[in-house]
Amino acid sequence: MSKDIRIKKGLDISLQGAAEKQLAQAIKSNTYAINPDDFHGVIPKIIAKVGTEVKAGSPLFYSKSNDQILFNSPVSGEVVEIVRGAKRKILSFKVLADKEQQYEDFGAKNVASMSGDQVKSHLLQAGCWPFIKQRPYDIIANPEVAPKAIFVSGHNSAPLAADLDYVLAGKENELDAAITALSKLTSGKVHVSVNNQASPLAKVGNAEVHTLSGPHPIGNVSTQIAKVDPINKGEIVWVVSAQDLVIIGELLLTGKYNATRKIAVAGSSVKSPKYYETKIGAEVSTFAYDAGINGDNVRMINGNVLTGITVAPDGHLASTVDTFTVIPEGNDYEFFGWNKPIFNKISYSRALTFSWLFPKKKYDLNTNTNGEHRAFVVTGNYEEVFPLDIYPLQLLKAFSYNDLDEMEKLGAYEIAPEDFALTEFVCVSKQNHQEIVRKGLDLMYKEIG
Amino acid sequence: MSLKNKLHNLKEQYKGTKMAPAFNAIHTFLYLPNETTHAGAHVRGADDLKRTMNMVILAMVPCLIWGMFNAGYQHYSAIAGGTPEFVSFFDHLKYFFTLDNLLIGAKKVLPLVIVSYVVGLAIEFLFAVIKKHEVEEGYLVTGMLVPLIVPIDTPLWMLSIAVAFGVVIGKEVFGGTGMNVLNPALTIRAFLFFAYPTWMSGDKVWVHDAVNRVGTPDAISGETMLGMLAQKKDLTYGMDEAFFGFIPGSVGETSTLLIALGALILIFSKIASWRIIASGIVGALAMGLIFNGVIAQGWITEGSKFYDLMNLPFWNHLLIGGFAFGITFMATDPVSGAQTNKGKVWYGFLIGFFAVMIRVFNPAYPEGIMLAILLMNVFAPTIDHYVVQGNINKRLKRLKVKTA
Repeated sequence: MSKDIRIKKGLDISLQGAAEKQLAQAIKSNTYAINPDDFHGVIPKIIAKVGTEVKAGSPLFYSKSNDQILFNSPVSGEVVEIVRGAKRKILSFKVLADKEQQYEDFGAKNVASMSGDQVKSHLLQAGCWPFIKQRPYDIIANPEVAPKAIFVSGHNSAPLAADLDYVLAGKENELDAAITALSKLTSGKVHVSVNNQASPLAKVGNAEVHTLSGPHPIGNVSTQIAKVDPINKGEIVWVVSAQDLVIIGELLLTGKYNATRKIAVAGSSVKSPKYYETKIGAEVSTFAYDAGINGDNVRMINGNVLTGITVAPDGHLASTVDTFTVIPEGNDYEFFGWNKPIFNKISYSRALTFSWLFPKKKYDLNTNTNGEHRAFVVTGNYEEVFPLDIYPLQLLKAFSYNDLDEMEKLGAYEIAPEDFALTEFVCVSKQNHQEIVRKGLDLMYKEIG
Repeated sequence: MSLKNKLHNLKEQYKGTKMAPAFNAIHTFLYLPNETTHAGAHVRGADDLKRTMNMVILAMVPCLIWGMFNAGYQHYSAIAGGTPEFVSFFDHLKYFFTLDNLLIGAKKVLPLVIVSYVVGLAIEFLFAVIKKHEVEEGYLVTGMLVPLIVPIDTPLWMLSIAVAFGVVIGKEVFGGTGMNVLNPALTIRAFLFFAYPTWMSGDKVWVHDAVNRVGTPDAISGETMLGMLAQKKDLTYGMDEAFFGFIPGSVGETSTLLIALGALILIFSKIASWRIIASGIVGALAMGLIFNGVIAQGWITEGSKFYDLMNLPFWNHLLIGGFAFGITFMATDPVSGAQTNKGKVWYGFLIGFFAVMIRVFNPAYPEGIMLAILLMNVFAPTIDHYVVQGNINKRLKRLKVKTA
């Protein structure tokens, strides 16, 4: 069964440097790192101390809030370093990879005959639970509370993000197994949304498939949830990203935890943007320099330009991303940049900015904020790029002044920080909306739970 | 070393000192800062607040230039004992765009602009330094609005006091740009009106030199059209003259044509809300129609002091007085106006509605738009409250359907 989800509000930011649809094998990384900060709100408790030999799929640490939630090593090898920061906070677990990879054997399963509890304990045991996130709060799902529905977005609408139809091609069996398993975890439905009928996800069983059309943020799960089955107070929805389904599916079919991923290496500073096959936690340098980087005044981003996290050139690929973007840094002044006509940047307005004349043009944007931080002044522009039935400015203000009651009433349960990436992009006052939302959601989680 | 590098080094020197905001305010006028994103989206849109404000100023420039010529035109017409007969717009421009007219305008209008900006920005800089935040751009627009909405002969000392009052009480005490309840430009205008009522109304301040000549053999008069209507005098100007702007009035508010041009610029560039402007016009027309209807019913007869203004054809309200200027440039202020799209429709409508109502019922000062906007500024949060409450109720209802 297929249903349509359509939105009109939104904004497609078209940038230079989209990844060509050709796959390259990344050089084997020496070390792999898992960074607990990639999983928001997790305080790690060490399982594998420095010097421990681990297999691919062996746990490195568990979450302090729930000792059943394990976090796996993507490869077999030796834990060589646990990097700590201020106040001895654990920043990352580094594993020196073996030449010959050994996999923890969790046993192949017949998914169709498993019960919900069996699926749950299997995923927990095999360290695949962190792939399941929950709304509200956009954190790792609490295994104790069953969700009313599970959502999978089969379309990345963010700028330069990996094309899921391409990276998921040929993985139909894994996807089908994973969706079947997920469907046992909820009393409701699994909702899968795809960009077109050619998507490998379009044919999965045990799920309701929706067809998407519209600009970004159509690929964001919140948009789809709001159109299909909005979250009310007290309800929980789980969300799994499509690439992680492949890992879950392979675990169920073969018993192995295989952290291999196809990522898009994109951005205007990449010489030949294309797809790479690599593993979670690999060194960024194993593919970035193979694709080629223009100049050294660049920013490397784990993820897309709207929601990604800055990573150092000697850093590692984050656990949760399918895109790696490199764009030029914008740390330079621009003479009369505030009043001269602008042709080379994207603008939602037409205030002597002319991107509205060239809807097809691809832009080379840098990281300059194009202005200084100001109080909220302009109104009405967020609504134009925000498709949910929520007042974005009012909700942001509620988050800013920590009014829990108002956050709840205005729909804070229905959103994740990524939904405010576009309002942040068009914001004339250059406020950091995603940060405001993240802090607000954390406060809600702490106070309301 | 280039200017860019020199300024960059200076910026680093000023960093952390008290004067940093003042220096940055000037620096950022020359150069878009070298600030990069640190949290959230890595790329950002091209617009900042300066660009937005700049656009509003650009939209007002035609009105300013027209106002300068009009100052001279009205002055010399009054001395000559009446305006030249109006035949057609282009024909009339030969009386209008003359060097003499411009010189009067430059002599009278430019000082208003300069005083408004110097006093206002000085206070903004002072507060930025004291409160250690960047100088915000709000005053760029206010500073341009103020000279356009005051009578030509407003003494500069009076303007300075009013600007100081408006910026401090109207804006800074609330926390600066983005926090104010009332439109600062209108707060300034209202202060002038209530503090110096004898100056700000009547028939003498609208034409340059009229005040000085009172009681002399050379006395001239220059009444606004609203003044004439309120005094039950015959209109000496036609509606076509009012539309093009060959009439006395506050400096920048006379030419409905150029204001409409400004409105188009603002709407096209997505700076001003078309909802406020459109619904404001509808509101004014609605009230005008109601008054016309009252006259048609014979409830108000010719003897009444309200008769002339009520009897004015409803659409004429858009052309005379400050209505067009106010609804275009001041009702659309996003900070003091309604902030939700639905709220903006109601906000604009009520401004138009009350502007015409106040006009008719307040013959002492027959300009309703100022008070109407200030009134609705106060009620804008209430309007928004009900709009947002509607959204909240929808959410609660969804929950109830679920649990029932």
